[in-house]
Amino acid sequence: MRRYFGRKLFTYLLTFFVAATIDWMIPRFMPGDPVAVLVAKTNGLSPTAARAMANYYYNLFGLNQPLPVQYLNFWNSLLHGNLGLSIYGNGTPVIDMIWGAVPYTLALLIPAILLSWWAGNTFGALAARRKYLDNTILPVGYILTATPYMWLAIVLSFVLAFSLRIFPMAGGYGFNLEPTLTWLFFTDLVAHWALPFLSLFLVMFGGWAIGMRNMIIYELESDYSRYLAALGAPQGLIRKYAFRNAMLPQITGLALQLGVIVAGALVTEIVFSYPGLGHLVFAAIQNEDYFLLQGIFLFIIIGVLAANFIVDIVYVMVDPRTRVAMRGGTA
Amino acid sequence: MHKGKVSLSLLAILSIVVAACGTSATPAPGASSSGLPATDTTVYPRAQTLYTSGKQWGAPPTWNPFDSNSAMGVVGLQYETLFLYDPIKDVYTPWLASGGSWDSTNTIYTINVRQGVTWSDGSAFTAADVAFSINIYQNTTLGSDLFTFVKAVTVDGNNVVVTFQGTPAYQEWMQDLYNMPMVPAKIWTQYNNADIFKFLNQNGVGTGPYTYKTAAQDRMVWVKNPKWWATAALNLNVAPTYIVDIVNSSNNVALGELLSGGLDLDNNYLPGIAQIVNGGYGITTYYAGPPYMLSGNTAWLIPNTTKPPLNDPAFRRALAEAINPMNVVVTDYGNIVAAADPTGLLPEWSKYIDMAQVKSLGATYDATKAKADLAAAGYAVGSDGFVTNKDGSPIKLNLEVPDGWSDWMEAENLIATDAKAAGINIVPSHPAYATVVNDEKGTSSAAPTFDLVINNDVQIGSTPWVYYDYIFRQPQIAAGPARNRNYEQYDNATAWALVQKLDQTPTADLADMQKICSQLQQIQLTNEPVIPLWYNGEWSQVNNSVWTNWPSSTSTVSAQPATWNGYWQMGAIFMLTTITLKTPAS
Repeated sequence: MRRYFGRKLFTYLLTFFVAATIDWMIPRFMPGDPVAVLVAKTNGLSPTAARAMANYYYNLFGLNQPLPVQYLNFWNSLLHGNLGLSIYGNGTPVIDMIWGAVPYTLALLIPAILLSWWAGNTFGALAARRKYLDNTILPVGYILTATPYMWLAIVLSFVLAFSLRIFPMAGGYGFNLEPTLTWLFFTDLVAHWALPFLSLFLVMFGGWAIGMRNMIIYELESDYSRYLAALGAPQGLIRKYAFRNAMLPQITGLALQLGVIVAGALVTEIVFSYPGLGHLVFAAIQNEDYFLLQGIFLFIIIGVLAANFIVDIVYVMVDPRTRVAMRGGTA
Repeated sequence: MHKGKVSLSLLAILSIVVAACGTSATPAPGASSSGLPATDTTVYPRAQTLYTSGKQWGAPPTWNPFDSNSAMGVVGLQYETLFLYDPIKDVYTPWLASGGSWDSTNTIYTINVRQGVTWSDGSAFTAADVAFSINIYQNTTLGSDLFTFVKAVTVDGNNVVVTFQGTPAYQEWMQDLYNMPMVPAKIWTQYNNADIFKFLNQNGVGTGPYTYKTAAQDRMVWVKNPKWWATAALNLNVAPTYIVDIVNSSNNVALGELLSGGLDLDNNYLPGIAQIVNGGYGITTYYAGPPYMLSGNTAWLIPNTTKPPLNDPAFRRALAEAINPMNVVVTDYGNIVAAADPTGLLPEWSKYIDMAQVKSLGATYDATKAKADLAAAGYAVGSDGFVTNKDGSPIKLNLEVPDGWSDWMEAENLIATDAKAAGINIVPSHPAYATVVNDEKGTSSAAPTFDLVINNDVQIGSTPWVYYDYIFRQPQIAAGPARNRNYEQYDNATAWALVQKLDQTPTADLADMQKICSQLQQIQLTNEPVIPLWYNGEWSQVNNSVWTNWPSSTSTVSAQPATWNGYWQMGAIFMLTTITLKTPAS
């Protein structure tokens, strides 16, 4: 057990180091000077004022130092839990900006991932044995899973927000409200959350449903199912075994999909102007904000690695073969 | 299992509620003593709230009025200036000053400080505050040119006396008079140091009609200051109790919100707005017909005059003749902008245009003449139909505009097509904004590399001097972020001397100003250091379903319909005092 997790942990740490280094490098290979962009946006400044402002920002962000020093500074502050100051935020600490956005993204992602996974697997398993469900869910699933997140988001926004006016079009909560612990604010928050959630949920639901449906059919056709049937085991029992076996690839799939899902959430947030991490990433790219961009990516890297780690643990719990292998036996 | 997931989801939703509440800011100070019941509210009634968008491209980062990245309305709604300036009528209105005048020798300027004005914390606004707010520009962190020509600023009773070094830079001074924010000395003394920009000044104390209510990642909210001095002094009353400025989102969201009435005033460029204005959606613009918008600045084609063939005035002249700005106006913008005058001066500055000279010297679109001029200047046509350099090498000019600026991206294609007809090979490109900035300003290690760019850095103001300073500035500013004048790198000592002379001409001396402008225009029209293309609009479209009586060409009150930096003190504040509720109640 310790060797298994020790090895996993080492892989994760190595991945983190490489990913963080790439994360640091990428924005610095982008052409252009972020301070020049910041100063250029304030057009109408006199040249003297522009120079004063540029110098102020170069010092503030430490961009006047050589690259190797900047890289060492990066690890140094990272190990101190400091992600630097945001250029886009005019010097606001990156970590504060991320904490302000993370709740929105998590509130979208966690329910969307778990509910779509649960609903997709349930409906997929049902569809495998029921003709009418198979004829309806399967095509719908194919269409949904092939839909780009952004496109579905725009369609939902147009139909449900702009035309029918059932849901608000954009934002995290109404522009007429200030955050308070009131029922009014809570319902408003949920109304703004609904459409971005729905667009993520629907696309993911399609993928899981198809995967599960195919897997169940495969398992029910396998030798152990036929053997059980030949022994006279009830259908319910056979399906239960098939479902459990079909679950394993779905769990692996979930781990593999996490990165893609996060990317999907980013574009969805942009469409709905939802104030989560995706929205911040977009702003960071537009403003050449190295620090914010690398901070968010670091956050995502950690998140995806942690989620993968959890999936690894879950795998050990649900698959007896892994447990056997960890004890040194062979399955 | 299922139950667990549902409760987990609920927990996640709850987490954003709590997190969102956590970011809530404290209500403005003085809210409890103001007597206005609405200040501590957390729900803004629609009939008291104005929704705007267009100025902010990101979360409000600072409320420091000396930082040009400050939130929408910091200067204008919260901090006010000594004068207002109306570019349409070319009139200065005394604001926090009750008046101002030059002495008989035109060398000392006396500001009469308005009496009876109070700061939002209740204390009195004094001449000492005015002197402090001008003297603060001696702080080098602010990088102001003010004290290169101002000698001393002193308090004299209820007046502030300003003396100058040598001949005053009248044009710059008059512009500063309506742009310098007046701040309370007692608060700002402690921040007037090298770290002045680090003071974010959330919840600051100003004299203006609004005070800070709250801010979040996607909005800035102002609440009416019930003690605003102009209500008693000038019988002015701002109509909205709340102003919610929404950070710019994508075009589809902005247009959707505007059409559905979620947004009252939008100051973004929205493609196809002319059709919407004419489509009966209740959306209006400043003019009912073309060009729909007021002009905000000039879009110039900037040639890099250090590179051949763009270093040849004859070639630039032919280029100017080859381009038909009307193509951009009609095809690209659908008539919501106007083609620029050959001098590039905005319509508000038309009195400074020497019309007769423009008629005789100005370049106008004529592809045939462009071809003939190129041939006459010694540019032969190569085998591919494009003109070549005088040494026979091919000419290929790269025209850059920032990626995503869809109107300019279309414009550069049209320009390239026009140029091709005259035999000039222009290759349109649209790299990332940061790359364009890099190429046009250069860096500390590299000179500017562009061939051609479109630029509109300098905005409308009280004096055409800003445009001539932009075109002819000397000496050349070192490459890097501060390089924001004379992008074309054109050296002309005569022109620069005239620009300085214009700066030192009193604004009341119209005839002299006209004479100098005419001389500058002669240099400009014969040398074409930059080529004016069209007047970028003061993008402004309004929804009339909640608020109405917006600024328009038929309004009796002259007001600018924009929330951008600098526009509040150019009369946009009167927009707030003239709009009315369409349907009272609700």
